Amino acid sequence: MSTTDFVVHNPVEDLLRQDRVPTIWCPGCGIGTTVNSFAHALLGQDIDLSKTAIVSGIGCSGRVSGYMNLDSFHTTHGRAIPFATGLKLANPELTVIVYSGDGDLTSIGGNHLIHAARRNIDLMVVCVNNMIYAMTGGQAAATTPGSSMSTTTPYGAFEPELNMPQLVDAAGACFVARWTSFHVMQLERTMAKALKKKGLRFIEILSPCPTYFQRKNNLGDALTAMVDYKKRSKIKHGCHTWETALEPGGDIIVGEFVDREREDYLTRMRRQLGSHYSEFPEQTEEEISEGACSEC
Amino acid sequence: MHADQRCVLTGTHFINGDAACCEGALSAGARFAAGYPITPSTEIVERFSARAPQVGGLFIQMEDELASSIALQGMVWAGQKSFTVTSGPGYSLMMEHIGYAAITETPCVFVDVQRGGPSTGLPTLPAQGDMMQARWGSHGDYLTIALTPNSPQECYSLTIKAFNLAEQFRVPVMFMMDECVGHMTEKVVIPKAEEIEIYPRRLASKPPGEFNLFEAGEDLVPEMAHAGEGYKVYVTGLTHDKRGYPVLNPKAQHELVTRQFEKIRRAADELTIVETEEIEGADVVVVSYGITSRVAQRAIQMARDKGLKVGKLRLICVWPFPEKLIRELAPKVKALVMPELNMGQMVLELERCAGGKCQVISVPHAGGTVHKPADILAAIERGAR
Ligand SMILES: Cc1ncc(C[n+]2csc(CCOP(=O)(O)OP(=O)(O)O)c2C)c(N)n1
Ligand code: SF4
Ligand SMILES: [Mg+2]
Repeated sequence: MSTTDFVVHNPVEDLLRQDRVPTIWCPGCGIGTTVNSFAHALLGQDIDLSKTAIVSGIGCSGRVSGYMNLDSFHTTHGRAIPFATGLKLANPELTVIVYSGDGDLTSIGGNHLIHAARRNIDLMVVCVNNMIYAMTGGQAAATTPGSSMSTTTPYGAFEPELNMPQLVDAAGACFVARWTSFHVMQLERTMAKALKKKGLRFIEILSPCPTYFQRKNNLGDALTAMVDYKKRSKIKHGCHTWETALEPGGDIIVGEFVDREREDYLTRMRRQLGSHYSEFPEQTEEEISEGACSEC
Repeated sequence: MHADQRCVLTGTHFINGDAACCEGALSAGARFAAGYPITPSTEIVERFSARAPQVGGLFIQMEDELASSIALQGMVWAGQKSFTVTSGPGYSLMMEHIGYAAITETPCVFVDVQRGGPSTGLPTLPAQGDMMQARWGSHGDYLTIALTPNSPQECYSLTIKAFNLAEQFRVPVMFMMDECVGHMTEKVVIPKAEEIEIYPRRLASKPPGEFNLFEAGEDLVPEMAHAGEGYKVYVTGLTHDKRGYPVLNPKAQHELVTRQFEKIRRAADELTIVETEEIEGADVVVVSYGITSRVAQRAIQMARDKGLKVGKLRLICVWPFPEKLIRELAPKVKALVMPELNMGQMVLELERCAGGKCQVISVPHAGGTVHKPADILAAIERGAR
């Protein structure tokens, strides 16, 4: 057997737009690692990938939609969730995933996140939390840990950071989890589980940005970040989300915090509308050509 | 293609412009909408929220206008026709997404029932102060189409037209009502479905693999594929190539922006939609749109009663501005008079196109009510001297 007969095929490749590789991401960036877990999670599902759409906002993490070989929507900064909401409502057959950054989903788009959770709209939302506005060059975000350095906090940040799981839990999401990009296997399993649920599912992933966050704060390279995640992470499934706040240098509480059954938006709408709702089947060719009389 | 009779309330109705706009959207095939309440536009979505479920659609009240102006685009990419409805402050919040619809060539309709501004201004009273915003409101270079109805009947029929133009050119269309036409109640005749022409979405004629989402043919308007159809569409607000992939260089920018401009520009004749009356041989022509055209009608009559030769030019499509028509008209008249419920917006275009070949007289009004016919009459008399 010659070596040329030996083709190694990584199944994840089919899920990526090969013609868009290499990605824009820096060496050591955690975003790609999360995508690998996501792709594996998707592959293990019996969902129709031609009916799966991925929607992002703007940012380094917002570029994920554009590398997936799915229906890809790269929208505006902060507005991935409302776009995805429209997409899902107008075609409930679609599986819709929102994949974006911490700044995008919790600052400029924070209101949409709250209301999507409140509505329990059937979307899976993945938030890559690198604790910084990376795409624009490392400015402080709502997730930047207190006293961290960033280009807009040259004396250290003095705003407290947001606890995403608590916010999304309080607003009513049916599934809330957090992992880091170190936890590739756990993340894949959680994503696979979340993909099967109906309603708003939220997964936060802490992910290093060696180019800005790590460098600005003398936190070493991506490998150091992995070691740090491993050391500081405490797995606490079912933990109350008020106990999941991130503190500089403190424990990183990870796991699946919320997993509850709640009627999603469309199911509730249909139930409540009852007989006021009329299905609208596609018209047959015959009906269209004969143009049924509108007075009958 | 004709309207789907299941959505058309054929008959003679006595309804206001907002209700008529809602019916127009349904007749056009829009069964999905996203919005956020704001006077004086709210009645449109109130009615739509009752009507849509009856035809398998829905209205979602979003958390703000930023959300509604992008949710509606999600609905379009899911394969539906959709629109949003707002007024002044909400319209300002929607600007980023008008640009998104323009660059992604998302066919959709933005309804703005204009009220007094700036800011919260006069929430319940009329104005036409958003006319320039309808053209220039979002950043960057793009062209839009904007229609201005002057009656509930037109709120119905021109809403259908707005959807048709959106599909034909794959652009966001601005439907620029005002508080008066929105709230006035008049007879509205809704024809039979088979008498309503619908411009169908230009769907991909090639299978996945051979199809490029932003590759345009002769008329520069690309065909469309939706999510879930197997095309693996790629839609981005970044400058992109014919596949939709981001390409961030001057060449791609030039190609994309000039094509998107050109697809509207070359349809200038088709988009010259006006109503004229006694323009030939007139000394003065009153140019107006929306509710102001109905006040102008009275002033024109008063001037004619005084023996003046006055013509009427009512703009139904304000953007693109009917440049050629004005260039031809200007040298033949002494004056063009333009009353509008703003401090002089569209009159800037009128002046530009008249090119100094005649007097251009603006009759501005800060809004809150309509003009006094006497003020327009005074301007006509000044122009006729
Ligand atoms: C309305 C608007 N404001 C600001 C920006 C600039 N901007 C682009 S990406 C970004 C931050 C993204 O941060 P995050 O969502 O955390 O993504 P990351 O790049 O960190 O992955 C900002 C502020 C924009 N594109 N649009
Ligand atoms: S700037 Fe940071 S987040 Fe963006 S690609 Fe580079 S490492 Fe990743
Ligand atoms: Mg970030």
